[in-house]
Amino acid sequence: MSEQTLAAAPGTATPEQLEYLLRLGDNALILGQRLSEWCGHAPVLEEDMALANMALDLVGQARLLLTHAGQSEGRGRDEDQLAFLRVERDYRNVTLVELPNGDFGRSVVRNFLFSAFQVLLYGRLSSSADAGLAAIAAKSLKEARYHMSHAAEWTIRLGDGTAVSHDKAQAALDYLWPYTAELFAASPADDAVAAAGIGPAWSELEAEWEDLVLPVLAEATLTVPARVPFKTYGKFGRHSEHMGHLLATMQYMQRTYPGAQW
Amino acid sequence: MLTEAQAWKALAAVPDPEIPVVSVTELGIVREVRAETDGLRVVVTPTYSGCPATEMIASSIEEALLAAGAGRVSIDTRLDPAWTSDWIGSEAREKLRAYGIVPPSGQAAVGGARPLHFVRRSPLACPRCGSTDTTRLSEFGSTACKALYRCRSCLEPFEYFKPI
Repeated sequence: MSEQTLAAAPGTATPEQLEYLLRLGDNALILGQRLSEWCGHAPVLEEDMALANMALDLVGQARLLLTHAGQSEGRGRDEDQLAFLRVERDYRNVTLVELPNGDFGRSVVRNFLFSAFQVLLYGRLSSSADAGLAAIAAKSLKEARYHMSHAAEWTIRLGDGTAVSHDKAQAALDYLWPYTAELFAASPADDAVAAAGIGPAWSELEAEWEDLVLPVLAEATLTVPARVPFKTYGKFGRHSEHMGHLLATMQYMQRTYPGAQW
Repeated sequence: MLTEAQAWKALAAVPDPEIPVVSVTELGIVREVRAETDGLRVVVTPTYSGCPATEMIASSIEEALLAAGAGRVSIDTRLDPAWTSDWIGSEAREKLRAYGIVPPSGQAAVGGARPLHFVRRSPLACPRCGSTDTTRLSEFGSTACKALYRCRSCLEPFEYFKPI
């Protein structure tokens, strides 16, 4: 399509604002890539379709967000260049979304923890001073709500299900929980963006996120692990060992056939 | 040159690629048509971010308008306000129902966090037999915009166009 009526004013973003926009786009992109790995492999057909549909929503959000980031940057980078032609340390997604899918339970619990965060974040971004970003967020919020309710239902079903499903869901939560701390870690990008009225500092969302997440985990009869000193730094570009493998798969086509389109 | 009225008429015949029983205008995807000196300008608002039909819809719109006699067509995307299933008109809702898809409520789940309710308060009526003894199989059906249900009376599956 020819143009967006809410195109960003080109080249107006500061480096911190660009980093924040990339973080939003990269989270959607990388989780979308992970969820798409389920296509054809989910335990039942209905969930195969659900996970693929959520992956599509996330990749669609990533396209809008990365296009917007590229326009805001004003150096002519489009969505494809940003998605496929950066090196690992230039990705700004949190480590949580790049972790391998694990079993169905782990994917479901991660979807719940992360979509609840997205619901809150997109809700706040809907009133961003950046009109283009606000429009993308308002649209994406509607999708994130469906992702959250789907994942919440499954978290409860698995956690409060059989002994086996409970143990797997608990193992998933134990594995994933330490990675959620990164969501709320302070960063210079957050401070700059919050000061400019573009978006919330993510640390502001922690209490609300817990209000949303903890009742569902309780209903799922899952035990929330204690916070530990373990820290991850994906949103600063320091990724886990899993990121390189993910990028190798995701970037393969564009690296092998530069500029390829279909 | 096409007038705006002629263009709207041509667009009313462009089916949605996934749900061909309704047109792109009935779904509310086409927001604006303007005849300008150098051709027609069409503003569309896409449905879901990940809807794979979005690009096909844009090319179908362009083809239909060119076939109807437009000299030049430009398509702009407008994201704000975001597309809502509330834009689907009452006539189109009935077409969906007749096609086997329960139409959205018309009051989309916007405003405030969507509560985590696990039982639908008023059960959906099966579009085939009208029974309300129905159950949801999956929140996501063959496309992101639909959920998959089953009727326990006539035992047929059916889809529900989710309010968004």
